[in-house]
Amino acid sequence: MKNICFYFQVHQPYRMRKYPVFDVGKNHQYYDNLKNRQIMQKVAKKCYIPTNNIILRLINKTKGKFKVAYSITGIALEQFEKYAPDVLESFKELAGTGCVEFLSETYYHSLAYLYSKEEFTKQVNKHKNLIKKLFGQNPKVFRNTELIYYNELAKFVEDMGYKAIIAEGADHILKWRSPNHVYRPKTTKKIKLLLKNYKLSDDIAFRFSNRKWKEYPLTTEKFVDWAAFAQGETINLFMDYETFGEHQWEDTGIFNFLNSLPKAVLKKNMGFILPSQAADLTPVGELDVHHAVSWADVERDLSAWLGNKMQQTALDEIYKIEKEIINSDNNDLLRDWRLLQTSDHFYYMCTKWFADGDVHKYFNPYDSPYDSYISFMNVLNDLIYRIKGSKGKHIVTEKPSILIKK
Amino acid sequence: MFGWEFPPFSKGGLGTACYGLTRGLNKLGSDVIFVVPRGKRAKQTAHINLIVAENLYIDNEKLIIRGVDSLLHAYMSSKQYADSFNRILAFSDSSESDVIYGRDLFEEVERYAQKGKVIACFEDFDVIHAHDWMTYKAGIQAKKASGKPLVIHVHATEFDRTGGHPSQAVYDIERQGMHSADRIITVSNYTKNMIMKHYGIEESKIEVVYNGIYFDYECKDYEKIGTDDKVVLFLGRITLQKGPDYFLEAAKRVLDYMPDVKFVVAGSGDMHAEMIERAAHMGIGKNVLFTGFLKGEDIHRAYRMADLYVMPSISEPFGITPLESLQNGTPVLISKQSGVSEVLTNALKVDFWDIDEMTNKMISALNYPCLNTTLAHEGKKEVELLSWDKAAEKCIDVYSGVV
Repeated sequence: MKNICFYFQVHQPYRMRKYPVFDVGKNHQYYDNLKNRQIMQKVAKKCYIPTNNIILRLINKTKGKFKVAYSITGIALEQFEKYAPDVLESFKELAGTGCVEFLSETYYHSLAYLYSKEEFTKQVNKHKNLIKKLFGQNPKVFRNTELIYYNELAKFVEDMGYKAIIAEGADHILKWRSPNHVYRPKTTKKIKLLLKNYKLSDDIAFRFSNRKWKEYPLTTEKFVDWAAFAQGETINLFMDYETFGEHQWEDTGIFNFLNSLPKAVLKKNMGFILPSQAADLTPVGELDVHHAVSWADVERDLSAWLGNKMQQTALDEIYKIEKEIINSDNNDLLRDWRLLQTSDHFYYMCTKWFADGDVHKYFNPYDSPYDSYISFMNVLNDLIYRIKGSKGKHIVTEKPSILIKK
Repeated sequence: MFGWEFPPFSKGGLGTACYGLTRGLNKLGSDVIFVVPRGKRAKQTAHINLIVAENLYIDNEKLIIRGVDSLLHAYMSSKQYADSFNRILAFSDSSESDVIYGRDLFEEVERYAQKGKVIACFEDFDVIHAHDWMTYKAGIQAKKASGKPLVIHVHATEFDRTGGHPSQAVYDIERQGMHSADRIITVSNYTKNMIMKHYGIEESKIEVVYNGIYFDYECKDYEKIGTDDKVVLFLGRITLQKGPDYFLEAAKRVLDYMPDVKFVVAGSGDMHAEMIERAAHMGIGKNVLFTGFLKGEDIHRAYRMADLYVMPSISEPFGITPLESLQNGTPVLISKQSGVSEVLTNALKVDFWDIDEMTNKMISALNYPCLNTTLAHEGKKEVELLSWDKAAEKCIDVYSGVV
């Protein structure tokens, strides 16, 4: 039987305030708390609460045949607790149905794997503990930030004890193959690879309300026909949870679509499956991915976070001070340092706007990538200032890590 | 086409824009008759840069430049006109009664308009295109004489030039021009909104045509000022509209953090002396260098020796200088109160009055090399896409709509 595997990404960064150079060495409050609260409460109202309610109702109505997986970042969970506790409660309720799986990822939604495996491991474990505490589950499937994936990561995650890992089913890694099967990452022994069917996923996530799209409007029947027609045993529909009600507003009919989907799927003799269950299937072959793929932009590579010199410098500098931060044994410093690692900060600095930029612009709290870089580097300079504990005027620099080297 | 100035005798963006646009139109096969006022008997000085007809050359067969005897030149105020009129009296031995020039600026505009009418009777053309207020009357007269449609092109309004305190007489001419025109071209949405708000023009009558830029000169490498000190450049007329005082305020604050930065103020204008005094008074005289009026190669040199170009204009309908700066590889910080900020993504932007943010961005652009190079690199790529050919194409669309 053919199954649909849903996984929804839930994430909200801690957005930083506009941090001017004058504050370096003087003001160590980096976050725009007001904006973070407003956004969380807005999205809770438009998306998290109504969508959770629908999912819960669908699970009950189908007597558990409908099931979904979530990956919720640590900092999103923190912000639920602070700004929208009822969202957290409704996720707990979903966890109680037994039809909802929670995936593992870095607590801070960071790119740590690319820079420090030690830090990466700490962040994944911190997230795992939180999921266990809140939802009573021990995650078995791993998804890396922004679906960044390559062979070496699969091996590392296998060694951490996971049974499956999730990645983008990009054309350039699959070539003629279908994303609707389970694969074995090259160089690994046991771990399974689940690939996003980006065509069908993006039909919902991006194209659903696009009136210029020739398939508009997307009806449940049409979508289920496409799924039924696709070859393979598992159709992985992976998308941002905010698709429901936030990216696609309620008036587009997205909630009606979701509401009627399970019944239509079951009627076509297909079912639903969780990622950890899909991982029990036998791999159809091996997949060799040397260069990192991700789910972002048309390139499906790292260029959304590492495409220009500003992004590279900011990331280099933040990880150069890992040792000093750890040695400082100062929890405030450690937390600020980790919050600066959230991938969104680097996404805001992306300058490849013209072809693919709309998405970047929509989610950017800054007027431009340059403004976000200025704020970020000013904050980083302040962080170094705090490590040094220096007195007097601090001259800001683009390589602040040199200031703490002996 | 009625203009005020044409390179090489231009004082600012308008001459450059007319040059670019006419070249673009030529390329697309349109013949242009370009009428400029000229001050035939006046001597040229650095202070008043009159257009001299003898020196206007015809650079190809398709562009015919007509000189009209006149003292008009771009950016002239009534007071400047009187100065220039008196100068002619001083230079010539003749008494006032012999002088053929009108006695004040508005009389002069009127005279230019009459000449425009005559030219319109003798020349063969399909559409009249008039650039900015001093030529509007000429445009209206030409329209009356020929019955041909009038397009007026708003590069700036009296509200921009005066920081919101327009002279009634100029405003009246602008308003009359806009209402008599069959179609209006503005250089930005910023200007479009301004003429809708202040001149009562309906949106449907206005078309936005952004300026372009030409890449047609050799870019040489220039030495820095001779030190490793960072250089921040202001280049433009030193006048209220361009915000030189905001530049100095921000400079003062930057120097609190980075005492070695040099601020170069290039250009001339009615606030020149005041700004020199102001800098001295603020105690930053040794870090602020005034170059006086620059032209030709020296303009490119100025851009190239700078680490950052700043355009702090309080009201800028378009603003070609940031494009020139990027073309020369120097990143830009521009005021949000400008048309060019609508077309440039790869620029630092700030409200002209926000000295704190201007300072923050200046310091960042000087201290963070990756920021500086990314802005310069991406900005240059972006500027290369802005062409006069595109602008000319849009103008032709506008012409087709009225002919």
